[in-house]
Order: sequence, then structure tokens, then C-alpha cells
Amino acid sequence: MAQVSLDSVRKIYPNGAEAVTPSSFHIEDGEFVVLVGPSGCGKSTLLRMIAGLEDITEGTLSIGERIVNDVDPADRDIAMVFQNYALYPHMSVRKNIAYGLKNRKTPNDVIAAKVAEASAMLNLDDYLDRKPSQLSGGQRQRVAMGRAIVRDPALFLFDEPLSNLDAKLRNQMRIEIKALQRRLGVTSIYVTHDQVEAMTMADRIIVLNGGRIEQIGTPSEIYHNPASTFVASFMGAPPMNLVAGELSDGILSFAGLDVPMTVDHRGPVTLGLRPEDLFIDAKGPIAMEVDLVEELGAHRLLHGRVDGQQLTVHLAKEITAKSGPLRLSCDPSHLCLFHPDTGKRMDARHKGALQAPLNTTVESDA
Amino acid sequence: MTDISAHAHAIAQTRKRSWFKLETVVDHAILIFGSLLMLLPLLIMLQTVTTPDLETMKFGPTLTIGTELDDNFRKAMFEASGFSGQNTGMNMLKNSLILGIGFAVGKIVIGMMAAYAIVYFRLRFATLAFWLIFTTLLLPLEVRILPSYEIVQQLGMMNTYQGLIIPLIASATATFFFRQFFRSVPEELIEAARIDGAGPIKFFIDILVPLSQTMIAAMFIIMFVYGWNQYLWPTMITTDENMYTLVRGIKQIVQTLEGNNIPEYGRANMLALIAILPPVLVVIFFQSWFVKGLTESDK
Repeated sequence: MAQVSLDSVRKIYPNGAEAVTPSSFHIEDGEFVVLVGPSGCGKSTLLRMIAGLEDITEGTLSIGERIVNDVDPADRDIAMVFQNYALYPHMSVRKNIAYGLKNRKTPNDVIAAKVAEASAMLNLDDYLDRKPSQLSGGQRQRVAMGRAIVRDPALFLFDEPLSNLDAKLRNQMRIEIKALQRRLGVTSIYVTHDQVEAMTMADRIIVLNGGRIEQIGTPSEIYHNPASTFVASFMGAPPMNLVAGELSDGILSFAGLDVPMTVDHRGPVTLGLRPEDLFIDAKGPIAMEVDLVEELGAHRLLHGRVDGQQLTVHLAKEITAKSGPLRLSCDPSHLCLFHPDTGKRMDARHKGALQAPLNTTVESDA
Repeated sequence: MTDISAHAHAIAQTRKRSWFKLETVVDHAILIFGSLLMLLPLLIMLQTVTTPDLETMKFGPTLTIGTELDDNFRKAMFEASGFSGQNTGMNMLKNSLILGIGFAVGKIVIGMMAAYAIVYFRLRFATLAFWLIFTTLLLPLEVRILPSYEIVQQLGMMNTYQGLIIPLIASATATFFFRQFFRSVPEELIEAARIDGAGPIKFFIDILVPLSQTMIAAMFIIMFVYGWNQYLWPTMITTDENMYTLVRGIKQIVQTLEGNNIPEYGRANMLALIAILPPVLVVIFFQSWFVKGLTESDK
């Protein structure tokens, strides 16, 4: 069990490409941290630097109390689970799991005991003498997990471990991995491009984009208070609606909607609205032209346009809707404002309840 | 119902007709003729082996099967043909096996290690080294035979197994095949092994060698047959009859055609038969691996 600290860790490849800009964060003992971002955002590079599979160009990395920049991967006290499992194809499951221990000159009886313990934990008892090619994807994934846990490492690293599995199995393994991590209490870093995995598994999420950390926070912080339009559009399915609005005298206006905000910025802004904060209201201020209703069973999604801008609305299953014009209202308490150029979140909150433009009381925040 | 059966009947009809298509007959005729043509030398060999030499001399190959098989086998395997009385068939078979196996194993070991170095280590001029090795494909033994002979001679390796094997052992072909194979091994496997605490030597022995099994088998067939069939090099390096290989020894027997002896057709052909058997056995035994090694891999 260990804490992990990155201090201005940076990665520049020999060809000059900067894969990771100087990044710092601290991971507490026993925490489950998910690195999430689109492909090419540097999340895997970051993980591989922590694993020791890539050199760190600048900055310091410590695991536990030890600075491990120049420590060999085998001596970092880590275990890693790979996307394609990376099982040794010619070894039985038992040998695969035991290989790391064998290389560390662990006595045979200890190896046997640990393998038995891990296989019981992962329901692999019936498969110990099979070869990886005789196992299903989910079972291979479990073997990879087994190989990681027998070593009792201080840190688990997961590199998109579920992306080769089908959707159903992925949901199941997600829960299994999370439960296992809880039970073992091992600090874990998990890389994924799937925001659902990030939201459901993480204690804390680190969102990366273009080699930079966009935001670090709990899943709920990330979801409700995204630090930038990138985070807002990346996290959540469907993503947050991002539309162009206008701020003047502390009033945000967008398509007939006027909301008083605690901000003194003037001019165009990007307004972020979660689809579930919008609802049908016959007298609502927003006029939407619905193009498409997406039926998802548990809920419905309306896709349409407001003032020529794309908007998605989340409807509970009881509420039906069809294509055509529709009036909407909005819960302004979760409104987010972003700077139109930089995409950064503006420190602005809504003031009071949603009001019609004429009887709005404006309080300047000057 | 009748409709359907009529239809089925029609299909059966067309199928039946297609059985007797002229095309098929011609195709098969060509194939059968071709195989017979290829088999003919082998059949002549088999026939000669069983007939007394005198009859072969008189009538040439015939369709009769004689009774001399045991005798020819005994002569070929256990009777020495030279002056020293040492180059019996058994002895030559032993020499050939040592050459074939030593040649194949040596090439595989060297080729694998060279490919390992080129693929997995960040050597400064790895690509250059690889291409240098590769260009040696253009320089077969025959081109460098004089310098090679000179070196072997100066090292005092004439008439030794080392002298037979070592100068031939470096192999661009094996290096190239293993390089291609190693490059197709997933990167994660190496990374997993590194995290599992396996160093370069351990990774090579524990992971890469077992993974290359099929490739090794394929290489073994090619190299064994190649080594077994070496003629020029053993002829130059071995002057001692004790060191003769089969391929070389056959020639020596046929040479006695000079003078007024009856050439030992039966014996020579017996030796030839024995000489082609091990490569055939190796190919039969390894052939499923061979196909696997060159087409798919167990990853």
C-alpha cells in the first residue's frame, strides 16, 4: 500500500513530441484513481511512466516514500494489467500467475499458497491447468488480475483492461475489479477512454487532454462542475449541451431564457446545460424543434435544435414526446458558464430562481 | 412434393454430369502423369536396390523385383568401400546426422540470438547490422569457399566436425525469419515480463524460445535438409574416409565404375535411398509444425 506522487512529470519523445506536459498530482493510500481522456491524450504514457516502461523526461515520481524515476519496473513494487492481458501463451494459468513470484525466488510452497488464494478469489480454480488460448476473454482478464494480485504490490496499474471485452462482460468485470480493489485496499491507477468506467469506478478522476491535466476531482465534481468545455463534453452520456449564450449586466440570455448570474463578465459565453436539467414545460421560455426521439427504455433522449444550436434533452420514461416544436424550461442551479475562447469554466453561479425577463431583479456583482 | 423431388433429381443430374467433365479428366491425367514422372527415379532406385548388379548392367532398369535387397543393404551399411575400411554406411550416416543436426541447431541458435539482439536491444547500428547480415544472402558458401577453406585449414580443423559445421553456421535466412517473428510478438508481453521481474536472458529462455517453437521447427527442417545435402564443403574439408558423409560417399562408390569392375549399382542406390530417408522423415515428422511456423503463430 502506498501513496503515489507526481511532481511536474513530463514526457518528451525523442522525436520532440511532448506527450505529457509537466503534470503533478498526489494519490492517497488505497485510492482508486482513473485517468481518462480521448486517445492520444497521454494517459497511457503517464501510466507507463509510473510503471517504469517509459523514461521520465523531467520531474520526479515517488511511490511510497521512494523516488523511483530510475528504478527498474520489477523493483517498483507494482503490478500491471494490460489491455490485451499479455498472458504468456505457452504457460498454463497457474504458471502465468506464478511467474512473477518465481522470478523473485519465492519458495515453492509460498507460491502455491498464493496462487491458490488468488485463484479462489477470482473463481479460477477450474482453469488453473489450462492455457490462455482455452479461456474466454473474461477469464483471461481474471488471470491477468490474478497475476497482479499474487504479488501483493503497493500499486495496481490498469491499462484499459476492459476494452477488449463485450459490453455485458465489461459491466460485470467493472464491478468485480472495483470490489476486488476495495477488498484488497491497494492503491490503483486505472486508464480508460470510457467515461462510464471512469465515473463508476473512480474515487477520483483525472481528465487529460492533449497531454495536459484538465481537471482532477471526484466523479460528482467532474460531472457537475466541469472545469472546461472539454471535460463537460467528454464526461457524461449524453454529454453536456454546450451552446452559445450572451452575458450582459449579470444576466445570461440564451434562446428566450434569462438567468441572473453572479458574474460581471460581458459578452458572449459558452453555456453548459446537462440534458437532465432540461424539462418539458408548456410555458417554458425555450422553443425547441425536436428532430429525433431516442428511446432507451429507462429514459428517452430528445435531439433537436434551439436557435439553430444542437440540444439534447433527457426525459424520464413516463414522459412521452414526439418530433416537432416543443417548449422547454430549465433548472438553472446547475448551469455552467465557460469562457468562449479558452473554454475554461467561469466562476459564476445562478442567483435566485428562473425568472421572466421583465420582472427580473438584477443585482450587480460589481 | 413432386416438384421438389424433380428439382432434387435435376440437381443430382447436373452433379453427376459434372463428375465426368472432360476438364476434370484432363486435369487428373496431367496430375497423375506428373506424379509418375517425379516418382520414376525413386522407383528405378527401388528396383535397382533389389536386383543383382550384373542384371542391372545387362538390362538396365526393368519391372522385375529381385532378391538382393538384404545383401545390398548389408553391403551398403556395414561394408567399407575405401582403403581404410572405415567409411561404412553406418559411419557415413552418423557423420551426415552430426553435420545435419549440428548445422541446423547451430544456425537456429545463432540466428535466434542475432535476431534477439537486433529486435529487442537498442543497438546503435541495429538496422545497419541487420542489412549487413541480410546481404550475406548474396554471398553463399561457394563464393567464399577459398578463404573459408584457408581459415579452416589454418585453424587445424580439417577432418573435424567443427570444421564441417562452424564455417557454415552463420545464417542470414534464420536471422531474418526470427527477426520477423520476434517483431510480431506483442510488446505487452515484454512489458509484462519486465514487471514480472524477468531480465533479458530470462525473457529469452522462458518466453521467447517457447513461443518460437513452431518457428524453430520450421527452421530446423529447412536447415537440416540443407545441411544434410551439403556436398561441396564436406568434399573439400574431409579427406579422411572416417569423416565422409553419405552424400559424399555415394559418389565414391559410383567412381569404381572405372576399370573392369562391375559397378555396385545396388549398393550405391541403397546408400542413396538411405541418404534421402532422414530428410523425408524430418519433413513428415515436422510438417504440421512447419506450416504452422511459417503461417500462424501461437500468440
